[in-house]
Amino acid sequence: MNEVSTTGPKSLYEKRQPVYPQKIDGHFRRLKWAIMAVTLAIYYVTPWLRWDRGPYAPDQAVLIDLASRRFYFGPIEIWPHEFYYVAGLLIMAGIGLFLVTSAVGRAWCGYACPQTVWTDVFQHIERAVEGDRNAQVRLAAAPWSVEKIGKRSLKYSLFLLVSLATGGAWIFYFADAPTLLRQFIAGEASLVAYSTVAILMATTFVFGGFMREQVCIYMCPWPRIQTAMMDEKSLLVTYKDWRGEPRGKGRRTGELSDLGLGDCIDCNQCVAVCPTGIDIRNGPQIGCITCALCIDACDRVMEKTGRPRGLIDYATLEDCAVEKSGGPPKPLLKSILRPRTIAYALIWSSVGLGMLFALGNRTRLDISAQQQRNPVYVQLSDGGVRNSYTIKLRNMQTRPREMRVDLTNLPGASMWRDGQTRDQASRSIQVVVPPDALAKLPMFVVAPGSGDASEKFGFTVRSTDGEGEMDSTEAIFERPRK
Amino acid sequence: MAEKKRIDEPTGTETVGHEWDGIEELNTPLPRWWLWTLYATIVWGIAYTVAYPAWPLISEATAGVLNWTSRDELKKEMAAVDAGKAPIVNAIASTPVDQLKNNPQLLQAAVEGGRAAFRVNCVQCHGTGAAGSKGYPNLNDDDWLWGGDINTIHYSIEHGIRNPDHEQTRMSQMPAFGRDGLLKPAEIDELTAFVRAASRQQPANAAAQRGAALFATNCAACHGSDAKGNRELGAPNLTDAIWLYGGDADSIRKSIHDARYGVMPRWGEKLSPATINMLAAYVHSLGGGEEERVQTAAK
Repeated sequence: MNEVSTTGPKSLYEKRQPVYPQKIDGHFRRLKWAIMAVTLAIYYVTPWLRWDRGPYAPDQAVLIDLASRRFYFGPIEIWPHEFYYVAGLLIMAGIGLFLVTSAVGRAWCGYACPQTVWTDVFQHIERAVEGDRNAQVRLAAAPWSVEKIGKRSLKYSLFLLVSLATGGAWIFYFADAPTLLRQFIAGEASLVAYSTVAILMATTFVFGGFMREQVCIYMCPWPRIQTAMMDEKSLLVTYKDWRGEPRGKGRRTGELSDLGLGDCIDCNQCVAVCPTGIDIRNGPQIGCITCALCIDACDRVMEKTGRPRGLIDYATLEDCAVEKSGGPPKPLLKSILRPRTIAYALIWSSVGLGMLFALGNRTRLDISAQQQRNPVYVQLSDGGVRNSYTIKLRNMQTRPREMRVDLTNLPGASMWRDGQTRDQASRSIQVVVPPDALAKLPMFVVAPGSGDASEKFGFTVRSTDGEGEMDSTEAIFERPRK
Repeated sequence: MAEKKRIDEPTGTETVGHEWDGIEELNTPLPRWWLWTLYATIVWGIAYTVAYPAWPLISEATAGVLNWTSRDELKKEMAAVDAGKAPIVNAIASTPVDQLKNNPQLLQAAVEGGRAAFRVNCVQCHGTGAAGSKGYPNLNDDDWLWGGDINTIHYSIEHGIRNPDHEQTRMSQMPAFGRDGLLKPAEIDELTAFVRAASRQQPANAAAQRGAALFATNCAACHGSDAKGNRELGAPNLTDAIWLYGGDADSIRKSIHDARYGVMPRWGEKLSPATINMLAAYVHSLGGGEEERVQTAAK
C-alpha cells in the first residue's frame, strides 16, 4: 500500500484502450469455433425450417406472428392467453444461466453470448484484412495512406455486410421467411421490416465493430449478477500464481528453477490473445469472459519451455488452494456436480417437465360467457324474461371445428343466436368455429318470469368432431326483483 | 475528511481518499464514450424543444418549428378514418334497409354504426342500453307500439312520433277521459279494474265486468275489442306484461284520466339516410326485431 500525493486533477473520463487480440489456436479456440458454428447455424437456419400444419396455418416451423398474435414452435401453437409458456421459457433461460454459471462459470459469456460470437466474427475479419496483432498496431499508428484507407474501408464494408446479415435474419422469425425475403429484395416489405433491419444493423456494427468488450464491462448486467453468484467452487479461468511467480522474464528455460523462479516467463501471450484486453494474472476480474483463449496461449508456451500445461487453467478457487498445498487435483466432474448445481438442474428440469405436462393436457377449445349488463334483463310481453350473453368459443386447432353449445340447468329456458328469431330457440345450438379463431356469438336466453332474481346456470361446449373435447362456463340469469 | 488518496493495489486505481468505516471507493474513470452519449442526449433534448412544442409561456407554450399539434394529428386521423369508412357508409345509404340482412358484413357494419349513432342521439330518452324508462319505450323487448319490423322501425325514426307540423309523422291521440269529463271517476275505476283483469294482474271481479262494457264503447275503437292494441294507431296492447307508463292501478287510472302523449323527434331532418338505416338496423338487432310481414301495405 503506497500513499500517493495527487499531482494535478485526474480526468474523470477515460478513452477506450484499443484491443488487438492475437490469433491463437488450441483446444478452446476449436471449441469456440464449433460453438460459433452451431449458434450461428441455429440463428440463420431456424426461420427457414418448414412444418406442415395443414391449409389454415403457416408452414414455418418457428414463427412469431405478432399481427395475428400467435407463436408457432413446431407442433406447439401458443395463443396470447397462453403466454405463461413463454414466461416459463424465460424462467428456464434464467435458471439455465444460473446452472451454467455455478457449474462452469461464465461459459455463456465466453462462448455463446451473441456479443461474444459477433465480436469474434468481427475480430477475425479484422485480422483477415489488416493482419495479426502487430500489423494492426502498426496500421493504427501509421499515418493515413492509400493502403490504410483501402484496408479500413474494406474492413468496415465487411463489418456492414455482416451487420446487414445479422439484422436481416432477425425479421424472418416474424413473417413467412421466403415471402419476406422476396418482398425485402423487391422493396415491397413493410417499413417495420426495413427499420428493424436498419436498427439491428446499426447496433451490430457499433457493438461488434467498436464497443466490443465495453458492452461486457459497462453495459451488460449479467457479469455483475454472475459476480454475486460466484463462490470458491465456481469454475474460473485462473492463473496459478504459486506456480508462476516470481516471473522469470527473458530467462532461459533451464535457468528458471535454478534461480528459484516460477514457470511464468512473462511472455505476455495471455494478454496478447485476450479479446477483452485484460491480464488474467491480476486475478479474477469483471473483464474476464472466460473464453479460455489465454489457456490455449499459455499451454503452447509451457509446451515450448517444457513445463507442464495449465499454468493458466480452468479451476475453482478451492481446487487452487488444494493444489497449492500439494494435494491431489480434484476431478473436473466433482466441481461441476455439487448440491447447488444439482438443485438448479432439478428446478430447471421440473419447470420444463411441468410445461410439457401442461402442453400435453391442454384443451384446444374453450367457452366463456359474458353477460350483457345494459339492460341486465328484458321483460317480454308474455311474462317471460330475456337475458343476453356474448358466448365466446375458442377453436385453438388449425382446422374448422364443429361444436355444440348446450344450456345446463335453468328449467324452461331456451336460447337463440343473433340473426335467428325466438321461433328457432332451443336448448342446444350447433356451430362451426373457423380454424384458429375466436367466435363471438351474441346469444339470447329466454326463461319463465317466475324464479329466483339471480339464478345460476351454465353453458357447455362439446366438439362434435369425434374428439369429444368439452368445456363449460357458469352464468347467471337475472330477473326483475319483486 | 481525511484526504488519503492512495493507489489500490489489485486494480491500480486511485481511491477517492475518504474512508467510510473501512470501506473505500475507487475513483474509476467513466468510459469516454459514455460522456459522449450524455452530450448526445443533451443535443437531442435541445433539438426536440426547438422542433416540438416545449417551453410553457404565459398563455401558451412555444409552438416549435415543425408546428406540430396533437389536435392537427387527431384531425388528420379522423379525416383518414372517415375517408376509409366512406365506401361502406355509402353502401349502407344506398341499400334499402330491409335488404341489409342479405349482406351480413354490411348488416354488421350498419348495426355497429347504429350503436354509435344511438349513443349520440337516442340515449337521452331511451337509455344507454336502449332499455327505456317510464314513458320511453324499451327497444329490447318484443312489444312494439307501431311495429317492430325493420321498415316500420325505420319509418318511426325517420318521421318521428306525434310531430304535428310534419305530415308523415306517426300520429294518434288518446282522449283525456277524466280531465275532459268524458267519464266519471267511478267509471274510470271500473275501466282500470277491467284493464288489470285483462292483463291478468287481478281477478275479473264485478267492477271489471262493468268496465268491460265501458271499454267496448269508449276504447275498443283503438285498442281493439280484445284489448290487444292496434299498431296502425300506436295503441298499446293492454293484455301483455309490458307497461310503458306502469301497470299498477294508480298508473292505469292516471293514463285513462289524463291520457298520454309520447313524442319523438323526426330524425329524418337531422340525420343522414345512412345513419337512419344504421339506427334501424341497430334497434332491430336488439332482440325484439320482427320479420317483415309478407304483405306490407304500401305506404
